[in-house]
Amino acid sequence: MVVDDVERDALDDVFHALADRTRRDIVVRTLQAEYSVSALSRLYPMTFAAVQKHVAVLERAALVTKRRSGREQLVTGNVDTVRRAAQLLDRLELIWRARMDRFGELLAEDLDATPTDPGPGGSA
Amino acid sequence: MTVTEVRKDPGSRTMTLTAEFAATVAGVWQLWADPRRLERWWGPPTHPATVVEHDLRPGGRVAYFVTGPDGERSPGWWRVLAVAAPYALEFELGDPGIPPLLVRVRIEERPAGTRMVIVTTFPTTGAMDRLIVMGYEQGLTAAVGQVDAVLDARPTAG
Repeated sequence: MVVDDVERDALDDVFHALADRTRRDIVVRTLQAEYSVSALSRLYPMTFAAVQKHVAVLERAALVTKRRSGREQLVTGNVDTVRRAAQLLDRLELIWRARMDRFGELLAEDLDATPTDPGPGGSA
Repeated sequence: MTVTEVRKDPGSRTMTLTAEFAATVAGVWQLWADPRRLERWWGPPTHPATVVEHDLRPGGRVAYFVTGPDGERSPGWWRVLAVAAPYALEFELGDPGIPPLLVRVRIEERPAGTRMVIVTTFPTTGAMDRLIVMGYEQGLTAAVGQVDAVLDARPTAG
């Protein structure tokens, strides 16, 4: 399972975008319903411009799409990108598999050092 | 082969990983119970972990950081929920302000060694979309640098 550079850069954008609490909240909300930027800006203690900036970061990461409707800018969560987030669960598996490999190696070292474990011990 | 089975159930947001080791139950437990041993397997070689706090009692805390190749430190913590040394351990894994991931570890004696079962569960609040987004958060928590490091290591390993 190899991720190419393009995919990795895209993931970096997604990680960066989701590192902020407000942006995470915007993604969660806009997955459920379309919001205008002005409606979003009423939800957070920040200016319209600040919210617009957050939306731009999310748009760059393809986590939301924006469309214009009259004077409003409407924001919708991008399900496909969020679905890609599910791949992270697979990565979680890779992380734990790698951990278990190291775990096993450490135990093998122990076995070499002490061929027979003499006693129980081992309480915290 | 260390890991014998991995099951992922999106319905219950659970990943169950089973591993078998040619070692004693006590030996396996030590790798969780001794912070210096824990440091040797928790983070990948590119992102070694330093355990700064290690209180393996219910309500106790384990705090650590991993150090990336550029020297950047990413903190992480466990909040210990239950301990039955040397057979079971349950803790929340996370960072402040982020919904934690529940980790349950079971260690069993087997005829040929020891079996360890690790069950990780995502929080149950909210819609599936929200949980998937949380999946990303957990990724940030557990692994900002580790993910790429692990993936980088895969093609050459084995």
